[in-house]
Amino acid sequence: MSYYDTYSKFKNVNFSDYLKQITAQDVTKVLTKDNLDQQDFLTLLAPAASNFLEELAQKAHELTIQHFGRTISLYAPLYVSDYCVNQCSYCGFNVTNDFQRNKLNLSEVEKEAQAIAKKGFKNLLILTGESRTHAPISYLKEVIKVLKDYFPSLTIEIYPLETEEYKELIATGIDGLTIYQEVYDEEIYDQVHVKGPKKNYRFRLDAPERGCQAGMRKVNIGALLGLNNWQEETFWTGLHAQYLQNKYLETEINISVPRLRPHIGSYQPNSIVKNKDLVQIMLAYRLFLPRIGLNLSTRESAQLRDNLIPLGVTKLSAESSTAVGGYAHDKDEKQFDISDDRTVDEVKEMLIKKGYQPVFKCWHRI
Amino acid sequence: MSDKLIIGEEKLENRLFTGTGKFPNQEIIPDTIKAANSEVVTMALRRVNFDTPEKNVINYIPDNCRLLPNTSGARTAEEAIRIAKIARAAGCGNWIKIEVISDNKYLLPDNQETIKATKILAKEGFVVLPYVSPDLMVAKKLEEAGAAAVMPLGAPIGSNRGLKTKELVRILIDEIELPIVVDAGIGKPSQAAEAMEMGADAVLVNTAIATAEDTIAMARAFDRAVKAGREAYLAGTGKVKNKASASSPLTGFLGE
Ligand code: SF4
Repeated sequence: MSYYDTYSKFKNVNFSDYLKQITAQDVTKVLTKDNLDQQDFLTLLAPAASNFLEELAQKAHELTIQHFGRTISLYAPLYVSDYCVNQCSYCGFNVTNDFQRNKLNLSEVEKEAQAIAKKGFKNLLILTGESRTHAPISYLKEVIKVLKDYFPSLTIEIYPLETEEYKELIATGIDGLTIYQEVYDEEIYDQVHVKGPKKNYRFRLDAPERGCQAGMRKVNIGALLGLNNWQEETFWTGLHAQYLQNKYLETEINISVPRLRPHIGSYQPNSIVKNKDLVQIMLAYRLFLPRIGLNLSTRESAQLRDNLIPLGVTKLSAESSTAVGGYAHDKDEKQFDISDDRTVDEVKEMLIKKGYQPVFKCWHRI
Repeated sequence: MSDKLIIGEEKLENRLFTGTGKFPNQEIIPDTIKAANSEVVTMALRRVNFDTPEKNVINYIPDNCRLLPNTSGARTAEEAIRIAKIARAAGCGNWIKIEVISDNKYLLPDNQETIKATKILAKEGFVVLPYVSPDLMVAKKLEEAGAAAVMPLGAPIGSNRGLKTKELVRILIDEIELPIVVDAGIGKPSQAAEAMEMGADAVLVNTAIATAEDTIAMARAFDRAVKAGREAYLAGTGKVKNKASASSPLTGFLGE
């Protein structure tokens, strides 16, 4: 059994036809329910539901306060290598893009760690471009050993691994895994992943599950919004999260909602996700899965992030650099451009003003 | 008349325990705890910043309170034990609330792992307060294992649903010698009063206070409700009977 079985069950559904039939009455009915099923979730993604955003938002807000309180966890990403062997048509690290690639040596990793830790972060997300050759497990283990001294919680966002390899990284000091399917639609997946090991759809799709099996405390999934129509992708992501949550009770499941951002390539989104759509997506996730973590990165603008916080967000990145070595020095080559360039102190202040407690530490390595 | 709650060797006046999670900011914690009159305050060790003492949640807990670190985040007995030891080594005292949760959907405690952790930690000199789903056999095993109290849930954490497990908690109150502290699920002062009227020895409230519009007023309301409930219990609440018992008996003349 894999999530692929669930995906296969629904993959031939004509979503746009189905969603068009949904009426205001259907949405109102879902609003009165405490436990939403998969069909209710889909109802919340329908055009009819977009007329109920305020009602949905009130409910999402209440549920979030109930389960998470007025707290938001903060984390920072650290890019240790931007070498990549894949050709994803939407990404700046694409192997065909010509720029000076970088990989941090251990003393550089330490310098970055010091710069980030000084800002107060306790949760660090370690990222690499997807290249096993340039960032092999052995290298990652060395990096983790250095970072462990600075951060009580470490998450990785790298190429998909085998279960045993995830176990090795957990034993070294990792407790969380972030891996995005990018796009759940198998055909589009094949088109946008032009070349490279990332072409293997199933190996990527099952990676979050392998992470759960290996014993990750937190697993974070997501679709890159813009590669396919957002209703469909949101539905797949929500079902994937539900599948993992039901099957791996001990793992904390999180969802991210990354939207495509400008980068040094020339890819234009297939499907535009407007701010209003993003709101609808987040509200649907929160109502469908009240205990799921919802993660918002600096891809979104400061103003939008501030307004999205009460709608169900539980985690924010802040003062992020998406360039390798970008904390200790300024760098130009970034995976994507960030939109919210406030300092962590500014983000903290904003949260406090909004009545939220910024939480830096939420796990103590044991 | 003094009516003290004894846990470990400690005598407590107040029967409302509070938590420190979910607050909009840490600065309001001291006044809230004061309004609640709490003497026992729980905090998640995983949230404590040991290297930035000024932002440390411990600093917001009044000095006269008994610190009750919890093992939140632990998924197994082994993890709970390690967290307990870290807490003690860090100077948080020897009280520990065992929270072993391996279910992220409902956050229900794993009773079996909790018994295991309790056994080991009690032997090592901890004052152990285990958080459990109410179950008589589990509570008996915890008693044997050396727990200092049993903390059954009233409803799932953060659900504010009240005393949904009432009948089961009542059995624990009747059958278990240890103090019974109802933990989790209490959403309103009236529900706290209900638990106390029934004979619970204390209640622990976090979400309902921390997420209230006015945390201080809510803490005060809970304090009063817990006191009222306790007083009612001591006064001997009227027994609920299935059949009516007439206040002027019809067969009273027989004794004349
Ligand atoms: S998305 Fe990832 S795998 Fe694809 S080109 Fe960018 S870095 Fe490489």
